[in-house]
Amino acid sequence: MNRFSMIGRRLTQAIPSIIGIIIVTFLLTRALPGDPAVYFAGPAADEQSIAEVRAALGLDKSLPEQFWLYLGDLARGDLGVSISTGRPVLEELATRLPASLELTLVALVFAIGTALPLGILAATRPNSWIDHLCRVVVTAGVSLPVFFTGLFFVYIFYYIADLAPSPLGRIDIYFIAPDHVTGFFLIDSLIAGDLETFRAALAQIILPAVSMGVFVLAPLARMTRASMLQALGSDYIRTAQASGLSRSKVLFAYAFRNALLPILTTLGMVFSFMLGANVLVEKVFAWPGIGSYAVNALIVSDFAAVQGFVLSMAILFVVINLAIDVLYTIVDPRIGMEG
Amino acid sequence: MAVIEQPDERTETALAAWWRHFRYVVSENPVTLFAFCLFGMFVFLAFFGPWIVPFDPLASDTSSALQPPSWKHWFGTDNLGRDVFSRVVVATRLDFMIAFSAVAISFVVGSVLGCLSGYYGGWTDRIVGRSIDTIMAFPLFVLAMGIVAALGNTVENIVYATAIINLPFYTRVARAEVNIRRHAGFVDAAKLAGNSDARLLTFHLFPNILPPMMVQVSLNLGWAILNAAGLSFIGLGVRPPAPEWGIMVAEGATFIVSGQWWLALFPGAALMLAVFCFNLLGDGLRDLIDPQRRT
Amino acid sequence: MTDTPAIPLLAIKDLTVEFKTRGGVVEALHQVGFDVYKREMVGVVGESGSGKSVTAYTVMGILDRAGRATSGTANFGGFEMIGAREKDLRALRGREASMIFQSPRTALNPIRKVGKQIEDVLLEHTAVHRRDVKQKAIDLLAQVRILRPEQRYHAYPYELSGGMCQRVMIAIALACEPALLIADEPTTGLDVTTQKATMDIVRDLTSERNMAAILITHDLGLAARYCQRIVVMQKGLVVEAALTEELFHNPQHPYTKKLIKATPRTDSRLEDLSEVSELNEATVATAPAVPSDASVQTRPLLEVRGLIKEYPLHETAERRRLIDRILRPNLTPKQATFRAVDEISFTVNAGESVGLVGESGCGKSTTSSMVTRLLDPTAGTILFDGEDIGAIPARKFARSPLRSSIQMVFQDPTESLNPRFSAFDAIAEPLRRLGDPMNRAVMAARIEELAALVGLPDELLTRFPHQLSGGQKARVGIARAIALNPKLLILDEPTSALDVSVQAVVLLLLDRLRRELGMTYIFVSHDLNVVRLLCNRVIVMNEGQIVETGDAEELLSNPREAYTRALVDAIPNLSRERTHPDLVLV
Repeated sequence: MNRFSMIGRRLTQAIPSIIGIIIVTFLLTRALPGDPAVYFAGPAADEQSIAEVRAALGLDKSLPEQFWLYLGDLARGDLGVSISTGRPVLEELATRLPASLELTLVALVFAIGTALPLGILAATRPNSWIDHLCRVVVTAGVSLPVFFTGLFFVYIFYYIADLAPSPLGRIDIYFIAPDHVTGFFLIDSLIAGDLETFRAALAQIILPAVSMGVFVLAPLARMTRASMLQALGSDYIRTAQASGLSRSKVLFAYAFRNALLPILTTLGMVFSFMLGANVLVEKVFAWPGIGSYAVNALIVSDFAAVQGFVLSMAILFVVINLAIDVLYTIVDPRIGMEG
Repeated sequence: MAVIEQPDERTETALAAWWRHFRYVVSENPVTLFAFCLFGMFVFLAFFGPWIVPFDPLASDTSSALQPPSWKHWFGTDNLGRDVFSRVVVATRLDFMIAFSAVAISFVVGSVLGCLSGYYGGWTDRIVGRSIDTIMAFPLFVLAMGIVAALGNTVENIVYATAIINLPFYTRVARAEVNIRRHAGFVDAAKLAGNSDARLLTFHLFPNILPPMMVQVSLNLGWAILNAAGLSFIGLGVRPPAPEWGIMVAEGATFIVSGQWWLALFPGAALMLAVFCFNLLGDGLRDLIDPQRRT
Repeated sequence: MTDTPAIPLLAIKDLTVEFKTRGGVVEALHQVGFDVYKREMVGVVGESGSGKSVTAYTVMGILDRAGRATSGTANFGGFEMIGAREKDLRALRGREASMIFQSPRTALNPIRKVGKQIEDVLLEHTAVHRRDVKQKAIDLLAQVRILRPEQRYHAYPYELSGGMCQRVMIAIALACEPALLIADEPTTGLDVTTQKATMDIVRDLTSERNMAAILITHDLGLAARYCQRIVVMQKGLVVEAALTEELFHNPQHPYTKKLIKATPRTDSRLEDLSEVSELNEATVATAPAVPSDASVQTRPLLEVRGLIKEYPLHETAERRRLIDRILRPNLTPKQATFRAVDEISFTVNAGESVGLVGESGCGKSTTSSMVTRLLDPTAGTILFDGEDIGAIPARKFARSPLRSSIQMVFQDPTESLNPRFSAFDAIAEPLRRLGDPMNRAVMAARIEELAALVGLPDELLTRFPHQLSGGQKARVGIARAIALNPKLLILDEPTSALDVSVQAVVLLLLDRLRRELGMTYIFVSHDLNVVRLLCNRVIVMNEGQIVETGDAEELLSNPREAYTRALVDAIPNLSRERTHPDLVLV
């Protein structure tokens, strides 16, 4: 069984999930309160025009018919038009997605960069100060609500220490956003060679990224520590030690690689949290990403926008999980052998 | 391995044996003791909170709005002049109720589904697995947002939404644990003793998977509270003026930038303490239930 | 025999090791000492808890964190191992002194190719060049008699059998040509024929290279076959050490004598075991073991005809997934099903004790599961007392009136007891579900009666499995199985997880129970010696089919089929090895 048929199999397994997502999303948003027809028709509309608008939107048809039309629209890439802004939802999502992704990725890099070394050190030096630190970080980190951390970072670093810029978005109003290449301000400014802008963008992203990172740091560190401990206690480590292999070889090629497997699984779970935490962090820091878009859309019952949001987040998540599964098979050659 | 002597247990009642084991678990690990005490405090506040607070949590008094903590108002007052301390204490009941109800529902439904799919495999497993996968395909908080937005801003809906998004954890743990033990000798022995499948699952298998489930329960309680608070923070949760930790942080958020920190800090700290307590409790609960830890 | 040089390669003296446990400090070794010379294999023999493995771990410096050598020395070729720096020990390990372990599959890194694992050791300790190391690894695989070593180099441990994994471990251990090899229970968990093959390789390779070797084992027969000298350990002490011949000819210490007696041999009798019983229990053998043919009737209790059990393989045509058919259309599916049991027929008469013997994968456990009705056969009939029980599906059998007549004693006593049930509850369960209704007092009396029957002291009834020893758990399992007075009792390797001395007691118990309670036994096992002690008749299985059946004594002394002969030959046992004329086996 080679890798490609494995990936092919995973893709086919993902299809029912995607179908399920589309159905659930559709049902949820049709259940939203409020009548978009009234909104679109305008304040001066009468019964007649509202009915016309409703027909135009296809809202007078039966639910299965609406679903069929919806599928057709999706196939064409038409996610509808946002009530609040009047622009196509797809366009809105496309402009806002890079902001959220940048934030998530920076947070992830921070979290992994801190959690992995912490967990490994805690596992190799049990009962030392670093082990205790790890345990405290893990328990505290999991308990902190992400919006709370965000708020208090703002309070301490902005209000009191005056170190951080005001939490009003991706870049200070004095700077102009760099030319759009990837949509990631940090990368684009570096590509353009504009260090000033890079520093400004970095300053804005640090606090929100760290707030989000702290939240996911905890489960990652906990899993790294637990997984390393289990790997280090395994029989094959004893064999490796008895063969006199060097410490670094035993630690990395033998223990860590085996410990990686549960960590990757946790990573998938962590992404789920992050995509949710995005919403909260973007609200605190006025970050113009998908999350804040969704919150505003929910409040005005902008169902096309909400639908687009939930759908895109879910599909993004499926793609990420697929990528993690592929990584998994690279690390562990036994996967796929279990039929 | 030396076998330990122990008192003659047959004369002890079951309750006395439990109490003795409880004392042993708690004494062995001071952290567990701390967690149980903290938990006790919260439960006490949840029950008796409304009667012991100095001020009416809903009474507004605009003349004394936005006052920092003082002897009169231990946690200060908010923008409507309400006493923050009273509101924080009374909010305990609502938050705990939401968390416990949601976790109870997920635990029961998730355990049943997980046990059945882990034991029988086949189509049961496939259907349950697909349903759980559909839930897990969504970033969970986003799904909760969607459900509450669709069904409406009521406490019941928050409970249902939280229960649904927590379901996968229980189902997966139960399924995995039952699967491991499905072919163990004692399961076959139970069949030989004439147990039907239902009896086997309920009385023989399920008690053995309780310890890992207990850890899951305590972690989930913390997660459920954070979830409810998060929903309230973005306006999809409990409606004002009901005192709830999440809403209070949201309301206080706008005042942080102008330096009035106490509106958001105290409810946030309470939230943190509650979740912290549940996380610590997890290991203690597992020790309490796990027979291998008995003296 | 061998002219041993005056200076030992490894000299252990007065070694004492302590462990920090929850219950305080425990002494695992007390003043242990013995020597190992070049060109010899020393057997360190003992039961669980004897400290034999701890000695090896301490010498190699890979003891668990909680353990500590408090005094004593271990001089290895002039270098003092105890208290040496980790850096120096690491330089020695793998290069001068190597170790192989039990459970070879878990002892290898599961996600690293076996060839690479051999290379790791070579690169660490020798000056081999990266270009040449792969070929060296392949050569080593060939030396441990692995076929097609160039291909196997790329294999992962899960793709290899237990025996092959053990050979890979031997290759890793011998890669840098050390002077000493320590083998810690290297054959545990392997089939009998694989055990022989593995030990033969160890013996051949170590003698070719003039190495010293230590074989740590609980199997006295194995040590007798391969070792020139034997050290006997008990509870952290060296009890006796002598040349192998001497030890069996003239054992000094009572424990050694007991161990020799408890190890079943081709000519031992059940009564011999009765001298082995431990102190805490009532000595069980009352009546002398009359050959049990007297109680055998000619009425068949169990008739199995044309029994088949098939398992579908994943790659059957209908089940091939669409994507595979698109990507690899030319691949034909492998054999559609796998036959674990391939049309076997046999009969068991009431009162008989029949042994069902074979190596792992032969189908004996599957057969016993079907007879016990835990598993449904694919085809064939199972008649019990004239009734077709094969027709009743396994799911429904729990409620059949015949359920209580067929019971089972399981292999692993730990796994077969519900961790949440006390011994009392475990024994009571079948009574509560299938027995006549009785009030608490009557139930308690019945359970105490059963406990006395199996020699389990009353005060242990309230304990949980993790608070009981292996032998005690085995007794609970037996008490539970006989609680309903079954007519047919299937015993699935009931003593293989137990120490040899405990095994002796349990075998005596089982024999006595059968005679007193008039039960019929089917004894499933891979150990022919044990089967011979307890059974009148033996059925030998291989690859799902019956190879040979016959009287137990006959079959073992004069096997007709080649497979049976190979099985009998592979078992190391004391009487055959030592055919010295002066040797009198007590």
